Amino acid sequence: MSHASVIVPSLDEPLVKGNHTYASVTDTVCKITERTQTPRAWYIAFAVSVSLTAMLFGLIGYLIATGVGVWGNNSPVFWAWPITNFVFWVGIGHAGTLISAILFLFRQNWRTSINRFAEAMTIFAVACAGIFPAIHVGRIWFVYWLAPYPSQHLAMWPNFRSPLLWDVFAVSTYATVSLLFWYMGMIPDLATLRDRATSKVKQFAYGVASLGWTGSARQWNRYEKAYMLLAALATPLVLSVHTIVSFDFAVSQVPGWHTTIFPPYFVAGAVFSGFAMVVTLMVPARAWFGLKDFVTERHLENMTKIILATGSMVGFAYATEFFIAWYSGNGYEQFAFVNRAFGPYAWAYWTMVSCNVIAPQMFWFKKARTTPWIMVIICIFVNIGMWFERFVITVTSLSRDFLPSSWGYFTPTPIDILMFIGSFGLFFTLFLLFCRYLPMIAISEVKGVMPPPPEGDVSRSAVTDGPAPSAEPSPVGNPGPNPFLAGGGATI
Amino acid sequence: MTDEANKEDMPERESLGVLAEYRSPHELVNAAKSLREDGFTDMEAFSPFPVHGIDEALGIKGSRLPWMVLTSGVFGGVVALWFQWWTNTIDYPYIISGKPFFSLPANIPVTFEFTILMSAFAAFFGMLLLNGLPRLANPLLANERFRKVTNDGFFLLVKPSDKENASSVATAVRDRTAASSVEELTFEKKSERLPRYVGMAAAVLVSVALLPPLMVAKARATTSDKPRFHNFFNMDFQPKFKAQTDSTLFADGRAMRPRVEGTMPRGGLELDSRFYFGVEEPDGLLHTVKQVGQQPDGSNESGPQPNYVKTVPVPVDEEMLSRGRTQFNIHCSACHGKAGYGNGLVSQRAIELEQGTWVPPTSLHSPHLLDQPDGQIFNSITNGVRKMSAYGHQVPPEDRWAIIAYIRALQRSQNASLEDVPEDYRQKLREFN
Repeated sequence: MSHASVIVPSLDEPLVKGNHTYASVTDTVCKITERTQTPRAWYIAFAVSVSLTAMLFGLIGYLIATGVGVWGNNSPVFWAWPITNFVFWVGIGHAGTLISAILFLFRQNWRTSINRFAEAMTIFAVACAGIFPAIHVGRIWFVYWLAPYPSQHLAMWPNFRSPLLWDVFAVSTYATVSLLFWYMGMIPDLATLRDRATSKVKQFAYGVASLGWTGSARQWNRYEKAYMLLAALATPLVLSVHTIVSFDFAVSQVPGWHTTIFPPYFVAGAVFSGFAMVVTLMVPARAWFGLKDFVTERHLENMTKIILATGSMVGFAYATEFFIAWYSGNGYEQFAFVNRAFGPYAWAYWTMVSCNVIAPQMFWFKKARTTPWIMVIICIFVNIGMWFERFVITVTSLSRDFLPSSWGYFTPTPIDILMFIGSFGLFFTLFLLFCRYLPMIAISEVKGVMPPPPEGDVSRSAVTDGPAPSAEPSPVGNPGPNPFLAGGGATI
Repeated sequence: MTDEANKEDMPERESLGVLAEYRSPHELVNAAKSLREDGFTDMEAFSPFPVHGIDEALGIKGSRLPWMVLTSGVFGGVVALWFQWWTNTIDYPYIISGKPFFSLPANIPVTFEFTILMSAFAAFFGMLLLNGLPRLANPLLANERFRKVTNDGFFLLVKPSDKENASSVATAVRDRTAASSVEELTFEKKSERLPRYVGMAAAVLVSVALLPPLMVAKARATTSDKPRFHNFFNMDFQPKFKAQTDSTLFADGRAMRPRVEGTMPRGGLELDSRFYFGVEEPDGLLHTVKQVGQQPDGSNESGPQPNYVKTVPVPVDEEMLSRGRTQFNIHCSACHGKAGYGNGLVSQRAIELEQGTWVPPTSLHSPHLLDQPDGQIFNSITNGVRKMSAYGHQVPPEDRWAIIAYIRALQRSQNASLEDVPEDYRQKLREFN
């Protein structure tokens, strides 16, 4: 939560555009969830997403009933699309907490307009990510064996020195902390929705969800402390998660995986893909939901700059991998990388390089950084490229391991492809529900970065009183007799 | 939600304080400052976002929250590290490529994640705890005007002390600050306890929720004749043929396959016919012994006899004799008796039950056995004789020879004269008689 008075004067553009008051900010954001008529476009998008989600869960049922043989995974490529999809989604899930936590600690106030949105995206992406390793375990009905519980049946404990176990802890901790962070940030805004709610159902639902928040100074005091602490905790956490995901690969001995560059390289890639996804979703959302005053060109431009920076880091990492393979003098490592670029998966490798290294270089041009449709196109390319990055890492190394007699070529089955598409369905289903029922912009945080109303300017704060449920005229800014208190209270 | 203003006349109302509204955060802070200077200490400010400077104006002190987070984080880290050490080193040591059971670097990721998780829980739930949340019944929230607090309203609630009354406080607030409205808040004092039906419903729900675990516990604690219920088959039922079952897969209808013609198993060469068959080689009748053995009725006794070896073809020593006694007592004594007189327990029982088909076992001390070559006894053990079944498949050849050596010792012991006993013992034996 930012301090109310902080606004950086040196920056050329304000964080909130338009002639907004506190009340109009509340109004603009809340109206999206409060409209009685759900737009038809939402219904269509929701129907498509829910169908894809149903397909995903249907296929998961088929997988459980039949076995992992329905996928294309086979010797020597035992990790294929499921792990690619897992790393892809977890990577996307990094932008939210990065924006919420790291940018918060760096006092980057522009984050206030996009953090809620990005955090929601994080949680939904992590939910999609969690599905893939869970259904990859084979006998999924014994998935609870992963948990360290005292079991008379197994009479043993998980192996705490295994990177795969670290991964379980890292991803589940990340999901939990992200959820807490997201929900805690939303409590004051849920209280806003509660206080504006007109129907009993909404009053009850938002009332319970906002936990009785009153916005007292003491509550804010502890809330800001807690928010700061969570941000400070989430910052190393977000860096640790993709580090540990990279350990899944780096701690093994497979050529092309066993490298020390993996943790920073994975984290940079995760931030890169996460920001690309935020921009991909944010650009249409701000247009459709009328949020252009809060998510301004300045926000988008800042995000494209981060994409450019992290994209260049990723490109640098690709180059470093090749250099080290040559410089190390290790024949297996050299073969792995030559094979990556010129072997049977060269098509995937060069797709990855084009999308991840070349495409974001467009953001050196001001025109690309300020034109929303160009941004979206580049970001979609980045998302495609980042999926291919994980595919290239996973499949090229496994398909050409130490023993040439076991080499093979991986081909996905239709189930592989449909499950990946289905995971997008789940992601967008959750996202559409979020857009419809929860505040998409952190209302209280945006108010904190707005300039305060000028002293004594009664009209400014009286512009809108919000659609208060009471039929009584609002007394705000009206120093005359208060009809509210006609019963004879001690008042003005 | 009750409308405060309209229910002013009800008697049992309690004062909540004086609620003043301000137009901007700046006005709010100023008002709090000046009222505090006037000696009002019990105040609370409300705003739609955190207002800079209000903590100082109200005299809000630092929070205990960071200490709670630190404690919880340290606890999480220590517990995670200890737990990994205890489970993987003490309770169930994992042997993995000879690596140490406990290695700090490998235990850092989980320790780190758990530290963060516990700290985050402390930050979130500690914030709720210190703020008294969730608090779903709050008389303040019943006030219509107060609902602006989550939109653009800045409020100050001043609570009168024991000496003051609410209206004098309200006057002071109105005079001293730039409040846009001032209102004395009262609320109807009523029980905040949950309605009875909520408790009832909760009790019913909890009881119903307990049923499945109870059923599981019962199933685990009792036995049942019914086959196990299979949620998932795992590998419990596999398509395969078991021993001695029939099969449509092969022309002869047998699931078990006979040895392929012209092959023999490893170690099946058995070239030493003296040791393996008790027959001198070369001998034209080796084939008879090897392939057919004796007929169950002992019919080949009258036919041409193979050239049996006369004595045990392996060196006999005390260790071997001792082995022979053990094996004799295991395999032979049940019928032949421990002394070899053919009066074993099985035989005694069979005679007692008057089993018509029972052929009493031969006494090993009968004259024809005393003269038989060792090779023929070996053949009898291997292939069986009359009612005695073949023991060749369960007693290995070296043990069969050991048994024969022991039988010879038994025979000697039962047919000995006094001269066979060393001089020293003869006198003692005489005393027994």
